[in-house]
Amino acid sequence: MPGEVHAVLGENGAGKSTLMKIIYGVVKADAGEMRWEGQQVTVTSPAQARKLGIGMVFQHFSLFETLTVAENIALGLDHPPDMKTLSGRIREVSERYGLPLDPNRLVHALSVGERQRVEIVRCLLQEPRLLIMDEPTSVLTPQAVERLFETLRRLSAEGVSILYISHKLEEIRALCHSATVLRAGKVSGHADPRQESAGSLARMMIGRELPVCRHSAPAREGEPRLVVEGLTLASDDPFGTHLHNIDLTVRAGEIVGIAGVSGNGQQELLAALSGERLVVNHTVRLGNLPVGQLGPAARRVLGLGFVPEERLGRGAVPELSLTHNALLTARRGGMVHFGLIDFARVRAFAERCIREFAVKCGGPEAAAKSLSGGNLQKFIVGREVLQEPQVLVVAQPTWGVDVGAAAAIRQALIDLRDRGVAVLVVSEELEELFEISDRIAVIFHGRLSPAKPAAATTPEEIGLWMGGAFVQDSGGAEAANEVRHAAQA
Amino acid sequence: MLLRLEPRPQPSRLMAWCSPLIAAALMLVTGIVVFGLLGQSPLAAFKSFFISPIDDLYGLGELGLKATPLALIAVGLAIGFRAQVWNIGAEGQLTLGAICGGGLALWFHESTSGWLLPGMLVLGALGGMAWAAIPAFLRTRCNTNEILVSLMLNYVALLLLAYLVNGPWRNPEGFAFPESRMFPEAGLLPALLAGTRLHAGALITLAAVALGWVLMSRSFIGFQMQVAGLAGDAARYAGFSRERLVWISLLISGGLAGLAGVGEVAGPIGQLLPNISPGYGYAAIIVAFVGRLHPVGILLASLLMSLLYLGGESAQLELGLPSAVTGLFQGLLLFFLLAADLLIRFRIRRVRRLRLAVAKESAS
Repeated sequence: MPGEVHAVLGENGAGKSTLMKIIYGVVKADAGEMRWEGQQVTVTSPAQARKLGIGMVFQHFSLFETLTVAENIALGLDHPPDMKTLSGRIREVSERYGLPLDPNRLVHALSVGERQRVEIVRCLLQEPRLLIMDEPTSVLTPQAVERLFETLRRLSAEGVSILYISHKLEEIRALCHSATVLRAGKVSGHADPRQESAGSLARMMIGRELPVCRHSAPAREGEPRLVVEGLTLASDDPFGTHLHNIDLTVRAGEIVGIAGVSGNGQQELLAALSGERLVVNHTVRLGNLPVGQLGPAARRVLGLGFVPEERLGRGAVPELSLTHNALLTARRGGMVHFGLIDFARVRAFAERCIREFAVKCGGPEAAAKSLSGGNLQKFIVGREVLQEPQVLVVAQPTWGVDVGAAAAIRQALIDLRDRGVAVLVVSEELEELFEISDRIAVIFHGRLSPAKPAAATTPEEIGLWMGGAFVQDSGGAEAANEVRHAAQA
Repeated sequence: MLLRLEPRPQPSRLMAWCSPLIAAALMLVTGIVVFGLLGQSPLAAFKSFFISPIDDLYGLGELGLKATPLALIAVGLAIGFRAQVWNIGAEGQLTLGAICGGGLALWFHESTSGWLLPGMLVLGALGGMAWAAIPAFLRTRCNTNEILVSLMLNYVALLLLAYLVNGPWRNPEGFAFPESRMFPEAGLLPALLAGTRLHAGALITLAAVALGWVLMSRSFIGFQMQVAGLAGDAARYAGFSRERLVWISLLISGGLAGLAGVGEVAGPIGQLLPNISPGYGYAAIIVAFVGRLHPVGILLASLLMSLLYLGGESAQLELGLPSAVTGLFQGLLLFFLLAADLLIRFRIRRVRRLRLAVAKESAS
């Protein structure tokens, strides 16, 4: 319907993105027909989709960091006008829809929210009648989400139809007029999200009740297990984030969550914690022991477990079997004798990991890449947990993982905490952090806020901090400037 | 209209193992066509190239003789290639091995001690390792490219050998030919099979193949190399030291190439000459890839490559074809292998027009 905001809802792997790619002509359908404004059409390419009046904003941006906003937009247009006209039109469109954007800025200097604006403006310049948004809020702060919703409501009021893909139920209830729910590649229901509760939508989405994590009150204060003190680090990546004077303590028996929009220094902090990046020795300590100059293997011997954000290619080698992947980090306990591998023991460990963490796979000899994201993540978390670490650092524990597996992973982390392990979780999902963390800190532009007890803060406050609000407390002209940038985002 | 390569969603594993066979078959067909164009009867050419060199015991011995250094070097190279350490300098490491091992034999040229030969083998392996240590040091310290450094050192090694046999190590009774003295009997590898030139070096090669297999598939260091080759980030995450793997890869491949060099001068040659290898160090790179970087595959591939050398010689003698045919066949084999591997991982699609926007969007 013109002006309708229609949600497409489903778990990861339910077929949402595939369906959208068919509509946008990126992928060809095997069977079935598509009707556009009453006419049957076959869309064979994105260019044709654009000609029909369909625009799409992808989950992953396709922008060139070294070019300006206007140049990036020109590259995406089929018949770009000259730069001056284009810049004018970009300003005009972006102001009309409340998406302030300077056409002459370089993309690498933009925040993630601003980059998304570039993608949206690029679509709007084509004057689409249908706009497809693929999980647009997964990278935004709560405040930026609110601004995006205002823009989408304005578009909808002008008669633009919007297909909004998400698995975040609250957002859909706040924004959308109608919803189609997908499960395992099939439509499992239609609903009016304004009439449904989050629980009933979840049931339609996963076919059963939403699993809830059991979370007991934090145990009494344990001794500090992981201490970061005054960590300052220049990023190796020219577009990376430098870390400024980070202080953090994770105690035995607690989960500390670090919130923040991606690209604010999480990668750099995690590399410094895992040992993939060496730092000044005393700035990272395990217990009382300075480990800043120790590599990942030495830190693992001292009881540090680490689950990285990238599962394939970092946490696991895609081409190798689960047995081999178990050996990647779990090689103590007699798995290697005189430099030779005891494959029977490694396989037994992999089998235990598969059994205890309910990993769905073709057995310990299955290649890592044959597993779904959620099952591979369960295997990697299981591999680290079964080694009984003193400290476990987890990045994006449930990113791209289906609801059931996500609940199992969160429960495993909570159980670990209850056994007295110090757990640090870095995540972009605020809901998740509030569900499992005892204390929450926020990282913004390479600075880390103090950690607040989760019970004493709210998602709104953390959301403001994610935009840099905590930096004002520490003062400084540079910090204030960063806040201004962030406020635009 | 343009052609475009697209990654296949699921490259066939069976085809990955078949591609050396496909490449060998295509090499054969192309080779026969080339013979035809050179005015030879294809059948006779085929016979003189591939059959007559090995239709008697001596021929089979020659097949093993030439496969001996090829497989020995290729096993060492494969260990490094699996970790994406590209040692292209086996020819130079072989030459240094020959110089060091041969130098010992020349120093004790009147010796009859049973320790001379083991000493030559050890010194030869050390010489190869030392030569390979140069790219390893420069790579880990200065981040230089080991492909370029090891390749360039090949020419240095050959010039060093040429200097020695033309100068200080020239045979004083050799009528000024650029050759060293003959090695003493105690400095020669014993023959394995009467009536052939096959020597005890073949046993060293078989042992290296077996040890190479253990290293690659049973040892932890082999596992580390495999992980480093497949996913560098995973190796860094697991805490495998990249520098250590570079050193180990280059030292193993350099040592085995040095051993192969001793095997040549203490085997069929028996002295130091300016030319001791018909490019074994380069051909072994092809052998390693045709053998799919697997020790058993390498053993088979070394026999094929050895046959190409013999066929090339026989084609020169019987058909009067230029000596370049050996290189031609080696090149064809590698070319078809790479092409087959590419088409296993990618498929060719025809596209009417290639636009940046379209390409970008379908990629995302």
